[in-house]
Amino acid sequence: MSALAWAVLLCQVLFLSLLQVGGALTIAPDLHRLVVERLALLTDAQFAASIAIAQSCPGPNTLYVAAIGFQTAGVAGALAAQAAVLLPSSMIAIAVGRWGSARPDLKFLLAFKAGMAPVTIALLAAASWIIVAEAPGWRHVLLAAAAAVAVWRTRVHILWLMAVGAIAGALAWV
Amino acid sequence: MSAPPLPPAAPDATGSRRPGSPRELFVAFTLLALQGFGGVVVVAQRVLCEDKRWLSRAEFVELLSIGQVVPGPNVCNVALMLGDRFFGWRGALAALGGLLTVPFGIVLALVTVYARFAASPAIAGALRGMGAVSAGLIAGTALKLAQSLRTSPLGVPVCVALGAAAFVLVGLLRIPLAWALVVVGPAACGLAWRRVGGGVGPR
Repeated sequence: MSALAWAVLLCQVLFLSLLQVGGALTIAPDLHRLVVERLALLTDAQFAASIAIAQSCPGPNTLYVAAIGFQTAGVAGALAAQAAVLLPSSMIAIAVGRWGSARPDLKFLLAFKAGMAPVTIALLAAASWIIVAEAPGWRHVLLAAAAAVAVWRTRVHILWLMAVGAIAGALAWV
Repeated sequence: MSAPPLPPAAPDATGSRRPGSPRELFVAFTLLALQGFGGVVVVAQRVLCEDKRWLSRAEFVELLSIGQVVPGPNVCNVALMLGDRFFGWRGALAALGGLLTVPFGIVLALVTVYARFAASPAIAGALRGMGAVSAGLIAGTALKLAQSLRTSPLGVPVCVALGAAAFVLVGLLRIPLAWALVVVGPAACGLAWRRVGGGVGPR
C-alpha cells in the first residue's frame, strides 16, 4: 500500500473513533468492512482473533484495534491504529468532563446524572446477560451467578474468581 | 473464600480521597487494568470506589454515564475524566496510559502466539469459564451500583422502570446500545428534570 493509502486509512480510523458510542466494539463491523473487505489487509480469521484476544486479555477491549493494527503493519501499525481510534473520542470525553465539573449545579446535568444512573446500571446488567446467553447451559449460568454474588457481597479478589472460572473451563466443567 | 463480607454502608460514604500524583494514577490504573479480564469496569469500580476511595459509587455511575454517551470506550473515558479532574492533561494521560500500556504489550505478544494455542481445547475451555465469571462479575457490579439508586431523586420505582426498559431493549431485543440510549436517555433525563429540585435552569 502507498503512503497515501495508509494516510487515508488512518483518517478513516480517526473518523470511526467518533462513532464509538456505547463501547469499543460498536465500530468493529465498520473496521471489518474497511480492513478485511475493502483493503484485504487481514483475513476474516485474523480479524476475529483480534477481538477474541483482546477480550481474553487483561485490559480494555479497545485493544482489539491494536491487535488489528499489529497484524496489518507491525508495532507501528498497532500504535498508530490505537492512537487514532482513541484520540478524537478522548478529546471529547475530556472536554465534556471539564464542562460538566465546571457547572455542577446546572439543572440539565443534575437531570442527566439522575436520569442516566439507572439506565447505565441496567446496561451493565444487559452486557452481562448477553455474555451468558451466548453460551447457555445451567452450569455456565451457575458459575456466573456465583461470581456475581461473590463480587457483590464479599471482598474476594477478582483474580481468584477468574482463576476458578479458568480452571472450571479447562477441566470442561462448564 | 474466607474474605469477610462487605460492611453495607461504608464503601459509599464518599469519594473522599485523592491520588497524590499522576504517577500514583498511572500505577493504580496499570494494576486495575491487569486484573480486568473481559470488562475492566468491574475492577475499576472496586479499586476506585472501595480500595482507593477516589470516587463514591454514585460518582462512579455519573462518570460512567457520561463516558457512555460520549464516543469512545467507556472505561477509557472514565479514566480520562477522572485523571483530568485531579491533574488536568497530565492526569488524563497518566490514567489512560496506565490502563493501556502494559495490556497493549500483552495483546501484541498474544497475537504472535495465538495460532499455536487457539486449537487447544483446554485453553478454549478456560476462556469459556473466564467468560462466564466475567459475565457474573459485571452483573454483581450492577447490583452493587444499584444500591446507590436508593437516594435517587427519581425514586426507586421509576429507576426500576427505566432500568427494565434499558435492559429489555439492549439485553433481550439486542438493539444497538447507541439507539437504546437515544430512546431511553431523553425519557430518563426528562423525568429526572421534573424531580431534581433547585439547580440552575437553562439561560
